[in-house]
Amino acid sequence: MSKVVGTSVKRKEDSRLLTGNGRYSDDIVLPGMLHATVVRSTSAHAKIKKIHVEEALNHPNVVAVYTGKDLEGKVGPVPTSWYVPGCNLKEPPQYPLAIDRVRYVGDGVALVIADDRYAVKDAAELIEVEYEELPAVVGQKEAMKEDAPLLHDDIENNIALQWKAGEIPEGVMENAEVVVKESFYVQRVFPSPIEPRAAVAQYNPGSGELTLWCSSQNPHIHRMVLAEVLGISEAKFQVIAPDIGGGFGGKIGVYPDEALVAFASREIGKPVKWIEERSEHYTAANAGRDEIIEVELAGKKDGTLEAIHVKNTANLGAYLSTMGAGVSTIDFGMMITGTYDIPYAACETTGVYTNTTPTDAYRGAGKPESTYQIERIVDLFAREVGMDPVELRKKNFVKKEAFPYQNAQGLLYDSGDYEKPLNKALETLNYEELRKEQERKRKEGKLMGIGFSTYVEMCGFGPSEVVGAVGFQGGTWENSTVRVHPSGKVTVFCGTSPHGQGHDTTFSQVVADKLGIPIEDIEFVFSDTKSVSMGWGTYGSRSTAVGGAAVSFAADRVVEKAKKIAAHELEVAEEDVEFENGTFSVKGVPGKERAFKDIAHSANMAWNLPEGMEPSLEAQYFFKPENFVFPFGTHVAVVEVDKDTGEIDLQRYVCVDDVGTVINPLTAEGQVHGGVAQGVGQALWEGAVYNDNGQLVSGTLMDYTLPKARFFPTIESDFTETPSPVNPLGAKGVGEVGTTASIAAAMNAVVDALSVYGVTDVEMPLTPEKVWKVIQEKEGNQ
Amino acid sequence: MAVEKRNVSVTANGQACSAEVEPRKLLVHYLRDDLGLTGTHVGCDTSQCGACTVMVDGDIVKSCTTLAVQADGSEITTVEGLGTANDLHPMQQSFWEEHGLQCGYCTPGVMIAALGLLKENPNPTEEEIREGLEGVICRCTGYQFIISAIQKAATIIQESGIDLNSQQLVGEGTHNE
Ligand code: FES
Ligand code: FES
Repeated sequence: MSKVVGTSVKRKEDSRLLTGNGRYSDDIVLPGMLHATVVRSTSAHAKIKKIHVEEALNHPNVVAVYTGKDLEGKVGPVPTSWYVPGCNLKEPPQYPLAIDRVRYVGDGVALVIADDRYAVKDAAELIEVEYEELPAVVGQKEAMKEDAPLLHDDIENNIALQWKAGEIPEGVMENAEVVVKESFYVQRVFPSPIEPRAAVAQYNPGSGELTLWCSSQNPHIHRMVLAEVLGISEAKFQVIAPDIGGGFGGKIGVYPDEALVAFASREIGKPVKWIEERSEHYTAANAGRDEIIEVELAGKKDGTLEAIHVKNTANLGAYLSTMGAGVSTIDFGMMITGTYDIPYAACETTGVYTNTTPTDAYRGAGKPESTYQIERIVDLFAREVGMDPVELRKKNFVKKEAFPYQNAQGLLYDSGDYEKPLNKALETLNYEELRKEQERKRKEGKLMGIGFSTYVEMCGFGPSEVVGAVGFQGGTWENSTVRVHPSGKVTVFCGTSPHGQGHDTTFSQVVADKLGIPIEDIEFVFSDTKSVSMGWGTYGSRSTAVGGAAVSFAADRVVEKAKKIAAHELEVAEEDVEFENGTFSVKGVPGKERAFKDIAHSANMAWNLPEGMEPSLEAQYFFKPENFVFPFGTHVAVVEVDKDTGEIDLQRYVCVDDVGTVINPLTAEGQVHGGVAQGVGQALWEGAVYNDNGQLVSGTLMDYTLPKARFFPTIESDFTETPSPVNPLGAKGVGEVGTTASIAAAMNAVVDALSVYGVTDVEMPLTPEKVWKVIQEKEGNQ
Repeated sequence: MAVEKRNVSVTANGQACSAEVEPRKLLVHYLRDDLGLTGTHVGCDTSQCGACTVMVDGDIVKSCTTLAVQADGSEITTVEGLGTANDLHPMQQSFWEEHGLQCGYCTPGVMIAALGLLKENPNPTEEEIREGLEGVICRCTGYQFIISAIQKAATIIQESGIDLNSQQLVGEGTHNE
């Protein structure tokens, strides 16, 4: 049987999804099930004077109405899960329903439970909340001002955290030959899974057991946190993530709404379902990014980079979300030097509370922002010293011989060869020709631009000690059990929690190669806290590098035991037994062999096992990685900007990613495409906008532009493979690379096109209107 | 205050179905909650995402913006009517082979929209497919493999002489091999 790792196996999970047999949260229907809806604040900042619930309670379909006061003593505040140390972190309590004050449009005010999907919405309309309006503040810089309204009375200047990492010796910046400065705003965007959030809770009043199905990327974290919030034993609490319609970071967070649904089921003793609406999702689910990044890059006239200083002012929203404190600090600040060997680096991050929906991890979480600033500023540096941006990058790349390489912030990059994907991309582009074409077009008065992003990102969360040292409330190791049934068919359990990535397939490929059995003989169980002993979920491109590695190790253990049994049955020493393609054979004795499935039977029957051996064929492995993994690559966008309309025509998109060993080229490419669409989406079209009163004006899919098919050219995607030494698969992580790389690539292309006007930045997203204005202004100046 | 319910009878995927519903009930909820056809999804509340796309009397319709009562007496095709796991419709087969789905939430609507597209234009170019998918949003795939899937489906459908305009998409002879 030939090996399947490295081949484009078609996905196993698709047959149910393609035939309408997926089981997403809203497909779950339980006897006597009630429906929940959350009444949300329409005001960005106000005192709650009174909540009139009587009319709603009188609605014939209504079973219960709860306000924040009713929850006191029954449901605690929902805590963050990332206590970044050394930054004077201030965490205000976030109660599942606001008690006396609302702090953003979307803040929960009341919970209505009724016996019908439509009636519950009718009843919610009957609830009247009397507010006493307070002044609101939406921008992070404004919120830090002395006279800004305070969100939380005891948090001075609305500052949630002040974090620093790295130091630049005195004189380095001051004496540098060249210093390039720019301020970038990485705007607020919405992760926007097409399935909004959802939860179904079922409490058993007899046993006290609670089951929660919820649209989560990490059910075990949900169980850990919500057990505490609800005051229930983890042993009586099962969290299941059923099929999930996309996450992108937006479903990492443990949310008040999930606690509410579980609470209501426990209180009423009946199952309760809550399905979020799209416009509700945009006010109530965590958003991403919203960081103002001020960068200074110092170096020599010959293009040598010497030091980078970065200030990040991050809008955390009204409360501290699950990963809220870590995104703009650890995730962002440790990677600010990117792929370059820059000796000195320093990052200062200030996290600020504002009257907006909390922000949290969104595809890449801090790494796209970090990549954005470094890739944008090196382009401007190249322009300043008159070098081609590719040449400048090559000059400063961490050299292939330098790996493992410790960056200025102390992270150890596992493996890399940054020129390899860049060269491949240049070839695909026919770069020199392309620059000539740009010259020609410029002469014709056309605005063509080529933008590069040669990124590296930190993935595969993560080494437990390090993750603990930076305050994350999780172990981030991974666990897998490989269970071999008497027939030789296999069930594998793993603690990561796929929601579109296709791990059923890719992880099965790993097991199939290890055990020498067909993919069809392998079934996976993820995302259920009762079946899977422990796990830390899917985010930070960790699933394959950490979960897949655990699977691989557990399969090794199965083979180890099976080999002993085979040796015993074949009456030879274990050393004389070889295992290949699912067959145990005796070295040098053809025909003396046992199939994997024979051993599976023997092990389960236990009629004749080696002395002292436990029955069955099952092994578990807990894998704690020693380091993160660092995928890298080159993304290039080619654009033409229409002078008259400001419209941007994305003509080509070329990317070469090195994500270590590729297990399934087809699904890996799918991840890259999706990631690129989201990153380019941020650069060109997407943007969450609040008005000064804190009203979200981009709160529906009519006002928030999610990219459509016609927005893109064919993405020309390719890979190089530089295995990671951190795990046995050599895999790095592919889920986030597309997004991490592409924001800068697209922006650099447009800024390159507009460089004829001396433009160094345009605020994202690059709507035609904005671009047109810049062109008009510059043309006027000329 | 109880509203009088109305009977809505349809032929869904070739089967006669009926249920008593409130006049305001959306077609998508009728399909999902009353008929148990949960393959059709809801992704938005402003008729943008197309996750709810179904075929009503041969036309592409967003079932989140249609009332169930409006569909009374019509023939409806949802994803469940295309093919089964062992006998996939060419569109499903192509989505599988070309990796046209990730989370799968948009997929039923996208496939139905794509069939509508092929009815109008049996042999579309890449550009025509991109334009033709205006009514649907996929957040996972970046669309590229959706487009390859639709191109492949178009070829299979043409080569096997399946008539997408015979209102009934379901039934014998429409499936791949
Ligand atoms: S649910 Fe989004 S268009 Fe119908
Ligand atoms: S496959 Fe997830 S939205 Fe399209």
